[in-house]
Amino acid sequence: MSKRTVRFKIYRYDPDKDAAPYMQDISVELDATDKKLLDALVRLKAKDDSLSFRRSCREGVCGSDAININNKNGLACLTDIDSLKQPVVLRPLPGLPVIRDLIVDMTQFFKQYHSIKPYLINDDPPPERERLQSPEEREELNGLYECILCACCSTACPSFWWNPDKFVGPSGLLNAYRFIADTRDQATSERLDNLEDPYRLFRCHTIMSCVDVCPKSLNPTRAIGKIKDLMVRRAI
Amino acid sequence: MVNRHIVGAHYGLKDWLAQRVTAIYMALFTLVFAVRLSCLPELDALAWQGLFASPFTRFFGFIFALSLFYHAWVGVRDIWMDYVKPPGVRLALHLITLLLLIGYAGWAVHILWRP
Repeated sequence: MSKRTVRFKIYRYDPDKDAAPYMQDISVELDATDKKLLDALVRLKAKDDSLSFRRSCREGVCGSDAININNKNGLACLTDIDSLKQPVVLRPLPGLPVIRDLIVDMTQFFKQYHSIKPYLINDDPPPERERLQSPEEREELNGLYECILCACCSTACPSFWWNPDKFVGPSGLLNAYRFIADTRDQATSERLDNLEDPYRLFRCHTIMSCVDVCPKSLNPTRAIGKIKDLMVRRAI
Repeated sequence: MVNRHIVGAHYGLKDWLAQRVTAIYMALFTLVFAVRLSCLPELDALAWQGLFASPFTRFFGFIFALSLFYHAWVGVRDIWMDYVKPPGVRLALHLITLLLLIGYAGWAVHILWRP
């Protein structure tokens, strides 16, 4: 593809200078090699270096460039620029406090993530080599361990918008199930106890916005369903 | 009092499950009731009364009403939990909802079993 110009409408807010956030109209000329939205953002930054956004690996692994693209959360580095309707409207992830421009404060998101104890709990002395799993047991972790904590899902979830301090959110719950499903983990019961709460787990009303936006094509709703399934099996 | 972050009420599963079970019951009842209605030769007040003269209709109808109220309790409570932040207001709304639904259940008994 040859050189082309792409028009943007970008949420701008610098709390040190701006009284209120505003939308900036700006366009940028892209080279033939610019394929992804992140390439365009880097060009925009070269044009106006006050524009702030997070980025790191630029290949969908670190999860730092999650933003709201044309009203849908996604990773700038995985989004084809030519697939987007213009003007491309870019906003910070919804529901989290804005630090500046497209950068949000993820404290609340990571608080919820840490609350599910995202690490293996096993009091047995470590074996000489690794703790083994059968291929079937390992299979259960597929679709769970791939989460990159970009927060696209949790910030697309209305339940998380209304109760970010109490509802664990799709990402946290997907990761909770990742350890509940792990046969090497010994804290299954405590993990279920930790989640059995009208707010922490049961704010999920299965609207599946999380599944719709996950840039890694994961399914938090299914993981949440499996947690509820285990709770039912434990209770009846 | 310091505003401490508190969760961990250790309930929620029963209500979540009940919401689903009552939904299935209501769907089945509605289906059976619709079929029975469509089988009536004529749909008038007399036929309607005849339908409810059966103790089975009353019994399963009453279970339907209870299912509806339990289902509504969980759903409406969820709305208060989602959107109403001050605990005092939320508690008051919970109580109003609960009392209304209990009242409706009594009313349903009265309607179904009045002579």
